[in-house]
Parts: sequence; structure tokens; C-alpha cells
Amino acid sequence: MGTQIEHTTRSSNGNGSALAANRRPASDVTAPYQRIADRDRGTGGESLADFLGYFSLGLGLAEFLMPGGMARLIGIESDERNRNLLRAMGLREITSGVAVLSKQQPAKAMWSRVMGDAIDLACLGVALANSDNDRGRTLFATTNVLAVTALDVMCARQLSRQPETPANEGADEGIIHTRRSVTVNRQPGEVYGFWRDFTNLPRFMRHLESVRVTGERRSHWVAKAPAGKSVEWDAELTADTPDELIAWRSVEGSEIYNAGSVRFRPAPGGRGTEVRVDMEYDPPFGKLGSKVAMLFREEPGQQVQDDLRYFKQVMETGDIVVSDATKQRGPHSGQPDGRGVSL
Amino acid sequence: MKATCWMGKHKMEVVNVPDPRILSQGDCIVKVTSTAICGSDLHLYNAFMPGLEHGDILGHEFMGEVVEVGNNVKNVQVGDRVVVPFPIACGHCAACKAGLTSVCENSNPNAWMAEKLMGHSPSGIFGYTHLLGGFAGGQAEYARVPFADFGPLKVPDELTDEQALFLSDILPTGYMGAEMCDIKPGDTVAVWGCGPVGLFAIASAYLLGAERVIAIDRFPYRLQMAREKAGAITINYMEIDSVQDVLKDLTAGRGPDRCIDAVGMEGYSHGLFYMHDRMKQMMRMQPDRPIALREAILSCASGGTVSVIGVYGGLIDKFPMNAVMNRSLTIRAGQCHVHRYMRPLLERIQNGDIDPTFVITHRMKLDDAARGYEMFNQKEDNCEKVVLSA
Repeated sequence: MGTQIEHTTRSSNGNGSALAANRRPASDVTAPYQRIADRDRGTGGESLADFLGYFSLGLGLAEFLMPGGMARLIGIESDERNRNLLRAMGLREITSGVAVLSKQQPAKAMWSRVMGDAIDLACLGVALANSDNDRGRTLFATTNVLAVTALDVMCARQLSRQPETPANEGADEGIIHTRRSVTVNRQPGEVYGFWRDFTNLPRFMRHLESVRVTGERRSHWVAKAPAGKSVEWDAELTADTPDELIAWRSVEGSEIYNAGSVRFRPAPGGRGTEVRVDMEYDPPFGKLGSKVAMLFREEPGQQVQDDLRYFKQVMETGDIVVSDATKQRGPHSGQPDGRGVSL
Repeated sequence: MKATCWMGKHKMEVVNVPDPRILSQGDCIVKVTSTAICGSDLHLYNAFMPGLEHGDILGHEFMGEVVEVGNNVKNVQVGDRVVVPFPIACGHCAACKAGLTSVCENSNPNAWMAEKLMGHSPSGIFGYTHLLGGFAGGQAEYARVPFADFGPLKVPDELTDEQALFLSDILPTGYMGAEMCDIKPGDTVAVWGCGPVGLFAIASAYLLGAERVIAIDRFPYRLQMAREKAGAITINYMEIDSVQDVLKDLTAGRGPDRCIDAVGMEGYSHGLFYMHDRMKQMMRMQPDRPIALREAILSCASGGTVSVIGVYGGLIDKFPMNAVMNRSLTIRAGQCHVHRYMRPLLERIQNGDIDPTFVITHRMKLDDAARGYEMFNQKEDNCEKVVLSA
């Protein structure tokens, strides 16, 4: 008795839209976020990686569980030594497969498969040199491994590529592009104003020693470099829209190349300001240098992310937040080795 | 100064270390008069938490006298007697403004580490691993307290240290555990774990209108405290086959409406499930033993709430998501947002609603902290709560 079913005509709601027009978000609210989402899609190597991951698991299990059969298949003698070797290779395949499928570090995992292929090929080469083996079968196996190796290299290269975005053209020439963001609980005007005064930058960009404003659109930047040295360059303002956008780049002929932009946008529902930074720079020693730096967590973008976190701390609390342990790596005042804190 | 340092699994030492200093002009230095060992310190003692290093000073429950302040500090002065909340919170970010101080966005200088494991970083915590900031703890003669304008609460002279100390953590934590349950008239609340936090959760559930509270533990002295001091009905799970069945029986088949997990990552049980979890934990395949949590979920009445205040450090498995989803359970959890509970709970202590000193069983000097840890961990001499004084 309480329930009534309302009958509506199909034509009235068959236009494919979930929400009534007045309930739909305005496109100027969603469009910028859709653009960001589109830029974040993968590099294109993902589905091939899945296939190769499962292939690794399958081959690994076969090698591990049926080493005798596998030995016959590839035309080598099924003695104890070979079986153990195949079991070990099987374990390696399984590890690679799990690493690829777990997608924690897809590119590294895929390169581990390439390394594995190299080992396989080396072993098969040794096997081919031994006239006791069924060379026809071994050659067949080698051809297959070569084919898979080609796929692995292709996929690993695809995964190692940075996603193709307008922000990272030139990445293959060794220029690092990075895009990071943070939400700051302050009004856009205030956040823009602090950033626009470039002399404030060293307060949160920790690799900078100083920035001096030298003209209407010019400033002189000094950054810390390894071994107590420093590098200097002049930068020019390339865009400046109050409360919205600031962009800069090192002037032609500078010792190092560095360009960046920062956009400010009110966060929804009074959540402060969304701060989005695009940076590109030429790392010391080019691409190799950035790979080495990655080993020490200084991956491209990490420094920008840290700097943005410091920026948020400075804007919200007035200072960068430190603990004893972050003031000094390793033993700190909280640890009883008697050494003081170096500030 | 003297400080209680973690020197390895089951190895605490009180040693001399450099005094803390003002590192930021919003800091103050507190001369610690009273501090306590928390059940969550035992997760560190037992080496189950990631990111702890040899020599780290532990302790996140402490109070004392302000002896130095940074230039920017306005709300506390040298000489003030204060109790310090365990989460470090800036007071300015969106989370702090919303009262969620244990997820302060600014106070963990090692946020990147926590982000790798948890997605986002919670606040920094005193003496609770480098993952949560690498801040020196308060089981020491002095402690550096960041954001002195926002954290420390002045303690009225008429309250003793023992009355005020637990405002730093366990009283608000137990209270929040009960508050998250959203208790309605007639509700039965079940509390897993009768450590100090569990006892405060029981007492708080009554303060918030629970019809009755059922407490679950395996140590007779803890159950006795829950019964006699906090008014709970108690179940010793070592003496019965199934906690679930007894809870069903006590509630005529409904199950408790609200369940509080005050146990966390080192749950204990008899039977196969425990062996399974213990093995996986030993092999580092699963950092946590979520025994109480599983039991709470399976026991909870349909449409009820499971409130998690026990600490978890990593991933868990065999999580009964089917029960959560199909039976419309609500799970609420969190490190306590201590800042928002301190003042109201201080008033409750002042007007006699609750006397937090009832949990204290052992009083020691700071020098004996190592012994305190050992006793608390082994549950020697019916140890419930150890308070250390200068």
C-alpha cells in the first residue's frame, strides 16, 4: 500500500546521461581534472607485460617441476646436473614472472627477464657446442628464446619510457620532466604571492642556496652542487598570471638548463589551493646521472615532491618540520653515541 | 640526560644521550616528570614495527614542566605544567582543522617512507619509528615537543601527575574507540583486550550510554579489573571453545551491536588459526596477527560497528570481507586524535566522571624502565600499567 511504481516512458530518459542536466557538474569544474587523468595513462607496454609475466610463470613451473622432460625437449642430456640447472632456471623464471605480474616496478621486472634471457642464451650456446646433444632440438629452443628475448626487450623499453605527455617532450634526450602536486590549506592569492617572490624559493627548494631578483623579469639563482660546489644561472619569467600561473626558465646560454611552471587553482569545497608544478631540467651527467641518482632515492620528481611538501609546511606552519633524526641522517641526538646534532 | 633506548628486540637500556634542543621556533622543551609504557610500545619492544633503529628513544605518553620555549611560542610558558598528546600535529592543515590530528599532513618529516607503505602518511608520533618521523620519545628526562602552541595542554594544579598523564594517549584512545561505535540505547558493546586502553574503552562505553559491556581477554587479573573496576561482563577465551558462541548466547543470538578491537597486531588465541598467523608472522609473510579483529567482525551483530583502536603495522590476510559486506557492518578505525579529546576528558576527570588512575599497577623510576618493559611484556606480577617518574 505504501509503494507506488512510477511508470516513465523510455524516451524521456534514454539519452544516456546518468544525471539530470541540473545535477550534472559544470564542465569547467571537471574538464581540467579530465585532462590530468588523460595525461596519467600508461606507457602502452602493460598488456604485453602481463602476457610475458604469465609466460614466465608457466615456463618456470615446467622447468622446476619437470626438468627431465624439459631437458629432452631442448635436446640436452637429462642427467642430474642438467636437471638441477633447469630447476634453478625455473625458480629464476618464476621470480621474474611474479615480479612482472606484481607491477611494483614494471620496467625493472621486465629488464630482469631480459637478463634471464641472456643467461638462457649463454647456456644454450654452451649446449650447442657440445656434440653429444641433439643440436636440432637445441637450435629450435634457441630460436624460441631469441624470439621471446626480442619481445622482452621491446616490452622493457616500452615500460621504461615515461608516459608521453606534453610535459615530457624531450625526455629521450636526457632532459628530465616531472609533474607533481600538493594541496595547501591557504587561499590561492596567498600561495601565489609567496611563490611569486622568488627570494622565498630557497625556503622550500632545498637544493637552492639563494635567488636574487635582478630585474623586472629576471632573477639570479644559486644552487648547491655535489662536493660543496655551487652552480649559478639567470632565469627569466616566461608567464605570470596573478593567483593562477607562474612560469620561468633559465636564459639562453646558461650553464644549466632548467624550466618550470606552477599553477594555482582553488581546491573544491574550500580545501585551499591545488598547487601543480611542471619542471624540466638537464640532470648532471645527463640520463646516466639521473639513473645513478635514482639508486639513492633522488629519482626525478622525488626532489620536487619533497620541495612541495616543504612548501606546504612553510605555508601552513611557517617552517619546515624536522625531527632529530631528519636533522642528521644516521645517529642523531636521540641516539646515544654522544655526537651532537649538526644544524 | 637519561633516556630509554631500544637496543634491539627485547633489549631496552636507560643510557646517557645528548639533551634535546629547540630545532624550530615553535618547539618547547619539556622536563619530564611522569611517563608511561604503552601497550603499543611492546610492539616496538617485540620488534614487530617497521622503521625502528637501534638507539631510538621510545615513549609517547609523557608530561612535565616546560623549561624552554622557541621564539614563536605563545600558548605555553616556561614553568607551565603540561601533558603532551602522542600524535604530533601542526594545527594548521586541513586534517588538524577538521580535528583529525593523528593524520596531520605536516608533522611527519619522513612522510615519503610512510607513503610507500600506507599510501598516504599519518602524523608523526613521539618515539614511534622513523616511519612516523624519527622523533625522540618521552621516556627520558627531557623531550623536545614540536608545535608547542597546539599540542601541550596545561594541567590544573589540583590534579596529580597520575590523574593527568593518561590524557596523552590511552584515555582518549579508549574513549575514541567507544565514541566511534556511535552507541545507541540498549546497545551491547564487546571489547577485545583488557589492557589499559581496553579498560578505558569499557568505561567510556558506559559513559556513552552502553547497556552492558562484555570484555574478552586471557589474563585473569585483567578480566578481574574489567569486572570490578569497569563493570564489564568478562569472558576468558582460554577457558571456552568459541568466543563467538558465548557472545551469541549472551545476546540471545544477535551478537554485540558494537565491537571494539583493543588488541591489534599481536593477537593470541588457541587453535589452528593462531598457529597459522604466528607461522606467517615468523616467516615475515604477514606482519600482523589479526585474530581479535576477525573475531570481532564475525561476532558483530548485522548492521553493527567494529571500531579498531589496536595498532596494526602492515598487511593482514584471511580478512572476512564477506561478513563485512553482506552483513552491513561499519568499520571505523584510527590512531586517536588526542588533541580534540584532551580538554573534555580533563573536565570529566575534574568532575569525577572517571578516575584514570585505576589502571596503574606499577610505579617505578625512569632508571628501571628496562625492567618495566620486561614485566609488562611478560605480564609478570599482574602488570597492567607501568608509570615511570623522574
